[in-house]
Amino acid sequence: MIEYIIAKYNYWAYIVLMMIGFYAMIGKGNLIKKLLGMNVFQWAIILFYVSTSVKKGGATIPIIQNGHGPVTHAVDVAQYLNPLPHVLMLTAIVVGVSTTGVALSLAIMIYRKYKTLEEDEILQIEEYEALEPEE
Amino acid sequence: MIAEHFPALIIVFPLITAFFINIVGWWWIRPCFYMSILALTVSFISSIGILNTVVTQGVIHYKLGGWDPPWGIEYVVDHLNAFILVIVSFIGLLVGIYSKRDIEKEMPQKIPQFYTIYTLLVMGLLGMTVTGDAFNLYVLLEIASLASYALIAMGEDRAPLASFNYLIMGTIGACFYLLGVGYLYIVTGSLNMADLSELLPKLYHSKAVLVAFAFFLIGIGIKMAFFPLHVWLPDAYTYAPSSVSAFVAGTMTKVGAYVLMRVMFTIFRPYFSIELIPATTVLGWTAVAAMMYGCVLAIAQRDLKRMLCYILIAEVGYIVLGISMANRMGLTGAILHIMNDALMMACLFSVAGAIMYKIGNRDITNFRQQQLNKKMPFTMAAFTITALSVIGIPPTCGFFSKWYLIIGAIDAQQWVFAVALILSSLLSAVVFFKVIEQIYFKPREPVRPHNEGTHEEVVMDEAPMSMLIPIYIMVGGILILGILSGQIISTVIQFAVPASF
Repeated sequence: MIEYIIAKYNYWAYIVLMMIGFYAMIGKGNLIKKLLGMNVFQWAIILFYVSTSVKKGGATIPIIQNGHGPVTHAVDVAQYLNPLPHVLMLTAIVVGVSTTGVALSLAIMIYRKYKTLEEDEILQIEEYEALEPEE
Repeated sequence: MIAEHFPALIIVFPLITAFFINIVGWWWIRPCFYMSILALTVSFISSIGILNTVVTQGVIHYKLGGWDPPWGIEYVVDHLNAFILVIVSFIGLLVGIYSKRDIEKEMPQKIPQFYTIYTLLVMGLLGMTVTGDAFNLYVLLEIASLASYALIAMGEDRAPLASFNYLIMGTIGACFYLLGVGYLYIVTGSLNMADLSELLPKLYHSKAVLVAFAFFLIGIGIKMAFFPLHVWLPDAYTYAPSSVSAFVAGTMTKVGAYVLMRVMFTIFRPYFSIELIPATTVLGWTAVAAMMYGCVLAIAQRDLKRMLCYILIAEVGYIVLGISMANRMGLTGAILHIMNDALMMACLFSVAGAIMYKIGNRDITNFRQQQLNKKMPFTMAAFTITALSVIGIPPTCGFFSKWYLIIGAIDAQQWVFAVALILSSLLSAVVFFKVIEQIYFKPREPVRPHNEGTHEEVVMDEAPMSMLIPIYIMVGGILILGILSGQIISTVIQFAVPASF
């Protein structure tokens, strides 16, 4: 069992991180904590993608040495990491950052209205307002 | 030839225009609306051109940047997504026109921002529809989602909180989709949908592929507000600005349904999603629950927009039920219902927006007191016709898609599904007749004492023309497309259904 976990430790790490983030998004009452949970969740997926491109046995970055010389080299797949997951994750990082930006600005709007970011307090204020309309 | 580049133009033109709208909007607000409409018109014309090419010449493969698939991103347009493209760009254009007066009243200081993000939202949905690359779909999905979070947050007082909850749920959905793509990439090394479809059959018994399929279903289920994953929808769409809820209710869930079809029948072969694992059975029964839940909760609502939100959840149930029947008639019904429901929901939410524009209140029990039937007769007539279509009364288009769905259920010998379809139609009849009764038939409560004797005449106070005309184009669509549905099926939809059915 322990070897099974160690052999695929990158997947276990991503699952644990993702579940921490998931718990924070679902279980926490504070909106900023939810937001942090969302970030942990997204970054866990990014780690997962990046770790899938790892190759054991001395593989390095995909730059062909002496590529401009007179001799054309045949590229051996085992020597180079797969760059595609990294590139995909650049896009996912951009998406994650902009999601965080939108969420933070929403949190500012919510704070201006309710003067709190605790979900239960906001719901109490909502109920109070529903009982006694301002007009 | 420009027609060759329509698949790219449909995305690129609104994308670039959106940035210019923002820049121009710093100095001059007036042209923002017209620039947005121009971009949406170009998208609409391109999508008509694409549909025409697909119908006459077959599937379009457009290689972005000239890179051959599966290395480059490829846009593939077949009958199914050409059809969805026309629907989305059509609703986008109409709601764009409709939004002019609404936005001037609801958020006069945010006009450039609204049109920037609105154009981006339409572009994101069109991109999701046109793309043939699984990861590209994720990026465009996030563009559309981020745009919709921002637009929903512009709405009335509770909107930011609703939008925040939607953002959290939506991010979970998008991340699950991304994980699904990641698992498929690990086992196949490809992101191109057609290529995945070739590579996957050998791996159908791999656990990673099964998990990927489950992630896809849950992720898309959240995005399209499919029943147990719908919790973000009622709040978000109720508090959103009227034009925004008209557009997102009409198209966003439908594009989600389209992506579900793509995943189930293109990335995975029908053999996998129907015979190998019981996905269609689970989806079918959940869809029945969605229809019942949506209709029953709609009866209990007093807020017109919230009631329509629950109807929308039930309508998503119809589409998924059609997909889950996995036979020709059921899928035809589902695809036809995507079109009909996009029109009906956009029209109903537009009417709710017009009521908000004039009355400033959308409490159903208040309609009689306001004498809406005399104040806004045309808007109310549009509401009634569309309501009849949602219920499924024959000359309107809602009847035809339900007809195909019921025939599909009978073909699949799923009698419970057929009964559920009829039952939920009856329930939606209860929902809408309750509103129609409030508008037309309920006697008005006695006039307040100090106003006694002076029985003032109610003056007709209709919504502005720029709102009424888009509403009536949609109503016309509901009436005409119902009659033309046979022709639509024979020219487009029968080729959109996977050939193995």
